Amino acid sequence: MEARGWGWRHAGRRRSALDGIDLVISPGERVLLLGPSGSGKSTLLHALAGVHGGAEEGEETGSLLIDGEWPGSVRGRASLVLQDPDSQVILARVGDDVAFGCENLGVPRDEIWRRVRRALDEVGLDLPLDHPTSMLSGGQKQRLALAGALAMGPGLLLLDEPTANLDPAGVDEVRQSVARTLDRTGATFVVVEHRVDVWIDLVTRVVVLGRDGRVIADGEPQHVISTQRDALLAAGVWVPGVRATVPTARPAPAASVVDLEGIDLAIGRRSDVVVRSGLSLALPRAASTVLTGPNGAGKSTLALTMGGLLPPLSGRVRASEGLADGLKADPIRWRSRELLTRIGTVFQEPEHQFVASTVQRELEVAPRALGLDAATTARRTHEVLERLGLDRLAEANPFTLSGGEQRRLTVGCALVAQPRVVVLDEPTFGQDRLTWIELVTLLRALVDDGTTLLSVSHDAAYLDALGDRHLDLGSDALRMEAAA
Amino acid sequence: MIMTMAKTPRLHLVDRVNPVSRLAAAMLLTTPLLLTVDWVSAAVALGIQLVLFAIAGVTPKVLVSRGWPILIAAPIAGLSMLLYGQPEGTEYWSFWLARITDGSIELAVAVTVRVLAIGLPAVLLFMNVDPTELADGLAQVAKLPSRFVLGALAGARLVGLFMEDWRAMALSRRARGIGDHGVIRRFATMAFALLVLAIRRGSKLATAMEARGFGSDHPRTWARESRVGWPDAALLCIAAGIAVLAIGCAVWAGTYHAVWA
Amino acid sequence: MHTAASEISSPSAPRKPRDLRWRVVDIVVASVIGVATGLLFLFWNNVGYAWFSAADALTPGLGGIAVGIWLIGGVLGGLIIRKPGAALFVELLAAIVSALVGNQWGIETIYSGVMQGLGAELVFAIFAYRRFGLLTAMLAGAAAGAAAWTLELFTSGNLAKSAEFLGLYFTTVVISGAVLAGLLGWLIVRGLAATGALNRFAAGQDVAQRV
Repeated sequence: MEARGWGWRHAGRRRSALDGIDLVISPGERVLLLGPSGSGKSTLLHALAGVHGGAEEGEETGSLLIDGEWPGSVRGRASLVLQDPDSQVILARVGDDVAFGCENLGVPRDEIWRRVRRALDEVGLDLPLDHPTSMLSGGQKQRLALAGALAMGPGLLLLDEPTANLDPAGVDEVRQSVARTLDRTGATFVVVEHRVDVWIDLVTRVVVLGRDGRVIADGEPQHVISTQRDALLAAGVWVPGVRATVPTARPAPAASVVDLEGIDLAIGRRSDVVVRSGLSLALPRAASTVLTGPNGAGKSTLALTMGGLLPPLSGRVRASEGLADGLKADPIRWRSRELLTRIGTVFQEPEHQFVASTVQRELEVAPRALGLDAATTARRTHEVLERLGLDRLAEANPFTLSGGEQRRLTVGCALVAQPRVVVLDEPTFGQDRLTWIELVTLLRALVDDGTTLLSVSHDAAYLDALGDRHLDLGSDALRMEAAA
Repeated sequence: MIMTMAKTPRLHLVDRVNPVSRLAAAMLLTTPLLLTVDWVSAAVALGIQLVLFAIAGVTPKVLVSRGWPILIAAPIAGLSMLLYGQPEGTEYWSFWLARITDGSIELAVAVTVRVLAIGLPAVLLFMNVDPTELADGLAQVAKLPSRFVLGALAGARLVGLFMEDWRAMALSRRARGIGDHGVIRRFATMAFALLVLAIRRGSKLATAMEARGFGSDHPRTWARESRVGWPDAALLCIAAGIAVLAIGCAVWAGTYHAVWA
Repeated sequence: MHTAASEISSPSAPRKPRDLRWRVVDIVVASVIGVATGLLFLFWNNVGYAWFSAADALTPGLGGIAVGIWLIGGVLGGLIIRKPGAALFVELLAAIVSALVGNQWGIETIYSGVMQGLGAELVFAIFAYRRFGLLTAMLAGAAAGAAAWTLELFTSGNLAKSAEFLGLYFTTVVISGAVLAGLLGWLIVRGLAATGALNRFAAGQDVAQRV
C-alpha cells in the first residue's frame, strides 16, 4: 500500500482528520499504528479498507493506493476487523456470518464452505456452523469477525483496536489467532491499538501519528518506543514497562465497619435464571473492594444486586443502620430517590444512563429528584464539573463526548447526589492511559474521603490501585466469607 | 421474535415450505377476504383454516398463546361496527351518531369473524419463520434487491441487543433517582436513547459489512440455497382453494358484500 | 461510487447535487430505524390500541387520534436517510416486524405499511428530496394518515360505515399524523442530530459544525 500526500476531511468538520500522509507499506510487513485519540488512525485504516464513505461523508486529497489501485475498487483485498464486538456480528449463525464476505466476493458455494471451516479452524472457534452468534463471548465475537475477514483471503489484514473491549482472556485469544494466521498466510498486517504490549512482539514496524494528523515517527518497534516514549505517554498510549503513577491499594483493616453485606445470595437478572447462589460478601466502610472473575461468573449481576437495582433471588442484601438511615435494611425496597444518597451505581455502558440534552442538565437530574434548592444544585454541579474536568463541556450533548469524558460524566452523575456507597461496573473498559489515570486518582480520593467503593473489573492495574479488598468470583472465597 | 423462537412449536408439513411461499400463501388466502364484509366467506375460511392448522399440529394452547391479540381485537372491531355500521332495516337503539340496526348487527358479526379469518393465518404461518431463511428466500426466490434484503436482515439481528439495552436502561433510571415517577417521560428518554444506540450500532455495522465486500456492484453468490418445491406449490394451491371456496360460498348464499358496495 | 477519488471541492462549496443512490450505511441504518420503530409499534399495539379501540368502539372516529405513532416510521426514514424510497422502506419494515412478531392485524399490517409509507414518500418526492423541514415532516405525517384512512376503507370495511364517522375519522387521523408522526418525528431527528449519531448523514452534518 502506498499513500502520497493523502488527507481526509469529514463532512461537516472544518479541520482535516488526516493531512499530507506519506507512507509506504510493503507486502508482508506488520505495522502497529499509534497516536492520540483524534489523530485519524481509524480513518486511515478505514480508508485502506475502502470503507471511509464516499463524497457524501467527506473529502479526500492526495492519493492512497493498494497494489496500485484505489481501495474502494478492490474491496476484499484488504479486510478490516473493528473495535466493537457486538456491532460486527452480521448474521445470526456462526457459519453464515463467516460466509458473508465470501458471498459478497462471488465465491462459488462449495468453495465458501471449505473456506468457512478453514477460517474457523484457524481462529480456533470450534463450534457448530449453526451455533447462534448471540451466544458468543466478546473474545469469541472478535475471533468470529477475524474468521470472516480471513475467509475472504485478504492480502492485507487491518485491525482497529480489536482488543479494546475485551477481558484479558479475550485479548489473549485474539492475539494468538492473529499470530497463527500471519505465520500461515504471510499477509500484510496493520493494527491500531492503545495497548502496545499486546502487539509489540508480533509487529516489525511502528508508525506514530501526531495530534495534527501527520506521521511523526516510523521505524523498528523497540527503537520508536524508546525514542518516542514521552510523546506516546502524552498521547495516552500504554507503553510497556511504564507503570501509571497512581497510589497503590492498601489492605482494609480486618475489623472495620461494614456498610453493606450480602448474605447467602442467589443472583440473576431474571427471576427464573439463577446465575450464582450461596454468595456472601461484606463491603467495609471507606475502603475499595474489587470484584473479579471470568466472563459469565455473574460479576455485574452481583454488583447490581448489591446496588439495590436487582432483587436477590434468595438470601438478602443488608445495609448498615448508618447507610439505611431510617429505611428498611434491604436496598431493593428503597425508592429510586432514596437510593440516590445511599448507593450510586455507574453502569458499564455510559450511553445507557443518559437522560438529558446537556452535561449540565445531566448532572442536575439527581439534585432535582432529591428536591434540592437551586443554589445547592448549582454549587454541587459546579463542584463536580470542576473536579472531573468537564466544566468546558457543560453545554455539550452527553452523547457527543469521547468515551473517557462520558465515563467521567456518569461517575459525576452519581457523585453529585453524594452517595455513601458507589458501585462501578468495568469503569476502565476501553480507556486510554490518560483517562485511566484520571479516573483511578479520582476514585482513590473518594475512598480517602470516606466513600465505600465496589467495582467490577478485569483490569489487573486497576486491582493493584484500588483492590483494598479483592473478591474473586471464580474461586470459592465468597462462600467461605460466610463462615468467617 | 428472537426471544420467542426457541420455544416455538413446530408446524408439521408447513415447516418444509419456503418462508416466501408462506408469505405468498397468507396473501393469497387473506387478500380476497379483505374485499368483502360478510359472515359466510369469513366463517368458511376460518373453519377450514382451523381444521388445517389442527392437522399441522396447532393445539388450542398454541392458538391462544400466539393468537391472543387477534382474539381480543375481533370483538372490539365488531363493537365499533355494531355502533357505527351503515344503518339498514329496523333500528333497535341510537345515541348521537351510534345506531344499532339490523344492518349494523350483521356487519358486526361479519367483521368479528373476518378479523379472525384474516389475522390467524398470518400469525400461525409465520410463528416459526427464521429471519435468515426469509431473507434468503426474498433475495433468491422473490428476487428482491439483495442489498436491501441483507441490510434489513443484519439490522433486524440487532433486536436482541436492543432488548439488553432496554433492560440496562430501565435499571439505570432507578439508579439515577427517576425510576419511580413519570412513566411517560421515562419511556420517552429510553426510547430516544435506544434510537441513538441503534443508529450508532447501525453505522458501525454498515462499516463492518462494507469491510466484508458488501454493497459493491459485484454479483454475489449464496452460501445457502433457498429452494421451492412441491410443498410450496401445495400450500399455495390450498390457500387459493380456501379463498375461492369461501368467496364462492358467500356468493352462493347471497351474502357477498363487496366493501365498496 | 467507483470513480477516481480525487474530486476535490472547496470546503465552502454550496450544496452540491446530492447523490440519491443508497449507500450501505443508508440501507443498514434505515433497517435499524425500521426495526426499532417496529418494536415501538409493538408497545403501541397494546397501549395505543387500547385507546384506539376504546375510542373507536364508543365514539365516532375519535380513535384516529392514536394513529399517528403508527405513521412515524415514514417520517423518520424520510428525514434521516433523505433518499427516494426511504419513507416507504422504513415504514414497511416496521410493519413487517410488527406482523412477524404477531399482532392483531396479520398480513394486513404489511399492506398498511406500504400505504402509509407511500403517503409519506409522496410528500418527500413532491419536495424533490430537497426540503426536510418541519412543514415537510408534518405534511408527510398527514399524508401517511390520509393513506392509512383510504386503505382502511377497504381492509377494515370502513366503506360500510356512515359518512359522519368517516369524516370525523379522516380529520383525526390526518391531524394525528401531522402531530404524532410529523412534529414528533421532526423533533426526534433534531435531537438525534444533536447527539452526533447522524454524523454520517446529511441530516446530521447540517447540525454538527463542531471542530
